[in-house]
Amino acid sequence: MTTDLDTFRKETRAWLEANCPPEMREPIRTEKDAVWGGRDQSDLTPAQKQWMDAMGSRGWTVPDWPREYGGGGLSAAETKVLREEMAAIRARNPLNSFGISMLGPALLKYGTEAQKKRFLPEIARGEIRWCQGYSEPNAGSDLASLATSAEDKGDHFLVNGQKIWTSYADKADWIFCLVRTDRTNKHNGISFVLFDMRTPGVSTKPILLISGYSPFCETFFDNVKVPKENLVGELNKGWDVAKYLLGHEREMISGMGLGGTGGKNPLVLGALATIGVDHDGKLADPLLRAQIALFEVRAKAFAAQSERFIDELKAGRAHPAQPSMMKYYGTELNKARYELLMSAGGSDELEWESEASNGGREARAWLRTKANSIEGGTSEVQLNIIAKRILELPA
Amino acid sequence: MPLFLNDEQTMLRDTAKDFVAASAPVSHMRALRDANDATGFSRDLWKQFAEMGFTGILIGEDAGGLGLGHVEAGVVLEEIGRNLSPSPFLSTAVAAVEALKGTAQAERWFPGILAGETVAALAIDEGAKHRSTVEMKAERAGNGFRLTGKKQFVTHGHVADLLIVAARTAGSAADEQGVTLFAVPKDAAGLTATPERLADASLAARIAFDGVEVDADAVIGEVDAGRDPLNRLLRAGRTGAAAEMLGVGGGAMDMTVSYLKERKQFGTLIGSFQALQHRAAHLYSEMEVARAAVLKAQQLLDAGDDRAMQAVSVAKAMTGLATTLSVQEGVQMHGGMGMTDAFDIGFYMKRGRVLAEMFGDSNFHADLLATTAGY
Ligand SMILES: Cc1cc2nc3c(=O)[nH]c(=O)nc-3n(C[C@H](O)[C@H](O)[C@H](O)COP(=O)(O)OP(=O)(O)OC[C@H]3O[C@@H](n4cnc5c(N)ncnc54)[C@H](O)[C@@H]3O)c2cc1C
Repeated sequence: MTTDLDTFRKETRAWLEANCPPEMREPIRTEKDAVWGGRDQSDLTPAQKQWMDAMGSRGWTVPDWPREYGGGGLSAAETKVLREEMAAIRARNPLNSFGISMLGPALLKYGTEAQKKRFLPEIARGEIRWCQGYSEPNAGSDLASLATSAEDKGDHFLVNGQKIWTSYADKADWIFCLVRTDRTNKHNGISFVLFDMRTPGVSTKPILLISGYSPFCETFFDNVKVPKENLVGELNKGWDVAKYLLGHEREMISGMGLGGTGGKNPLVLGALATIGVDHDGKLADPLLRAQIALFEVRAKAFAAQSERFIDELKAGRAHPAQPSMMKYYGTELNKARYELLMSAGGSDELEWESEASNGGREARAWLRTKANSIEGGTSEVQLNIIAKRILELPA
Repeated sequence: MPLFLNDEQTMLRDTAKDFVAASAPVSHMRALRDANDATGFSRDLWKQFAEMGFTGILIGEDAGGLGLGHVEAGVVLEEIGRNLSPSPFLSTAVAAVEALKGTAQAERWFPGILAGETVAALAIDEGAKHRSTVEMKAERAGNGFRLTGKKQFVTHGHVADLLIVAARTAGSAADEQGVTLFAVPKDAAGLTATPERLADASLAARIAFDGVEVDADAVIGEVDAGRDPLNRLLRAGRTGAAAEMLGVGGGAMDMTVSYLKERKQFGTLIGSFQALQHRAAHLYSEMEVARAAVLKAQQLLDAGDDRAMQAVSVAKAMTGLATTLSVQEGVQMHGGMGMTDAFDIGFYMKRGRVLAEMFGDSNFHADLLATTAGY
């Protein structure tokens, strides 16, 4: 008996086979391989653009969003089939986007009809690149103490202040931003606004990271005019939107724990190349072999947990604080993976600029992972949330 | 198939939860231990398991069972684990049933298992660490075989009606082929089972086979091709032990979290200390990941998927890690109370250790994963 789902699988397989360019079935190797979309698409290779556009026009960059907002209108089961079929041909993610993983879900829940119609289809097609203006120099873990102000000027807000750690702010077209609209109330004085990064008064300054890259910025707002229609949710109730969005951000970041669970294990390949095998054909460093094997147990178990989490989420059965657990576990796991990768690679991986090391690719990636347990809320903050909201431990 | 229990499975879980908690809570185990009970479990309770239909979960409907899968068996096992209920369920209704399934032996033993009258034990380990090597000999004799050798860590071995025995009919210890699986009735001459009490108060036998003669029809499956039924048994046993461990780890965690909410020191509930909150939250995360690994293995087994073997090793290894953490944190966070025999948390530590060792510990399964992956 063939079910509708079987038919869908067959059609999906055929479509992906026909539309996914061969170059998009290679693993992501450098930062350049990841497609972010945006107004400026001059950096995209023809294959990247073709793949993003093909998926975007079907709404398959956001398969489970409603069709009227540029989504694919797929059911949870169909979305899962699509993911499985993409994985089967090792298709790359067509589009990385804070719009998809963060702002979109928040707009779907809190946006007005006009906001959804205006912003969501652009997100789905990768036409606008978004950045997140949450953190400030004195508001990190204690985000609700943020000070960037938005003054009511009748038809618009006048925004002044500074954000920090704004990922890709210098490349983004628009920002979703938390601003203070009431100084007398900590949590209930925050609003959630959207604005164009080309608005006069917005400026950015890159921050150099320990990896030698600087995809992060300090972002400054000097009398920035934000139209009132760009307020998402109610005035002073932006904290609800912010928290909802953070849940989705954590969910996205937790996916990092999944790296390398499919295909040839990069840890093993690295170690085989540097250390080789003993007379039994086993990795010649038994302790490293054991560490890798035990790591793989956790990584594979976490892959199952990720699948379970997504299934529960789609079925509306996940605890609302569960993304904190996923974020915590996934990011700690990813850091452990990179420690092992560096260990397996030995001195080869320490070269910072050489051609052989691909410009220090592994070392820089290793350093980058150290931010996984900081960005989007630190591991300590996630553990606080699990303890309080899931285990209901006393304050 | 989504990675959570469907409605029927949830119903079964609720039934099992209520039933096990009511008929065999931790106090039941404590009472058996205090009485130095020589059987190690309650035959009455085993009958009740049968009346509930539990013993037939993995037996096909054509043979009078429920024709369900490893997810359902696991649901019962988790409750057994949570309540530390001594029960032959894992060895009999899960591992032995899987070994016998589809062989000529099924007809002979399934009715007794369905009725809650037959208890099976697994004589597969020959050393103190679970290994896939089989050294014990089975030589052809008359119209059957003569079994010589030793097995240990045979849970319920001294009272079982049926022993499933792995022996070598050809080749040498580490060979894949040449292993034969036998169904040996308990009264076979030359068989001595010496029960030993384990740390968790359960009983496991050391068994000596001194030229034990069995008929040719005691062979489960084919001569020399016993790896097939043995692998079925192991897959089921490992997955089942993981599910039971999940119950042990989860039960210990629940006790600990409750204790954090009621014990006061420095004039405040100890659960308000961030140092303990973070450890509890970390433990919760490990248990969640272990739960997913177990369900994944069960579903893949039920679907007859090729990836099941790997998933089973992941499940056994992961629950070993998570449950070990859970019982250790459990004792520690109970403070001095955790060290007393009067308090139940220590029982969880002991049971967790036994299950961690059963069918291969975390290291064994991590090594198996590595070897299978070619490193
Ligand atoms: C690579 C990277 C990308 C980022 N991208 C963005 C972005 O795009 N947009 C954006 O808005 N922000 C972004 N951030 C900011 C990020 O969200 C913050 O860095 C993070 O929330 C932590 O805040 P903080 O750096 O001020 O650390 P702090 O809050 O100063 O924390 C310092 C230490 O104290 C611990 N701590 C703090 N409070 C507690 C507590 N209550 N209990 C226990 N421990 C505690 C923390 O866990 C941490 O270990 C990014 C950060 C990084 C590193």
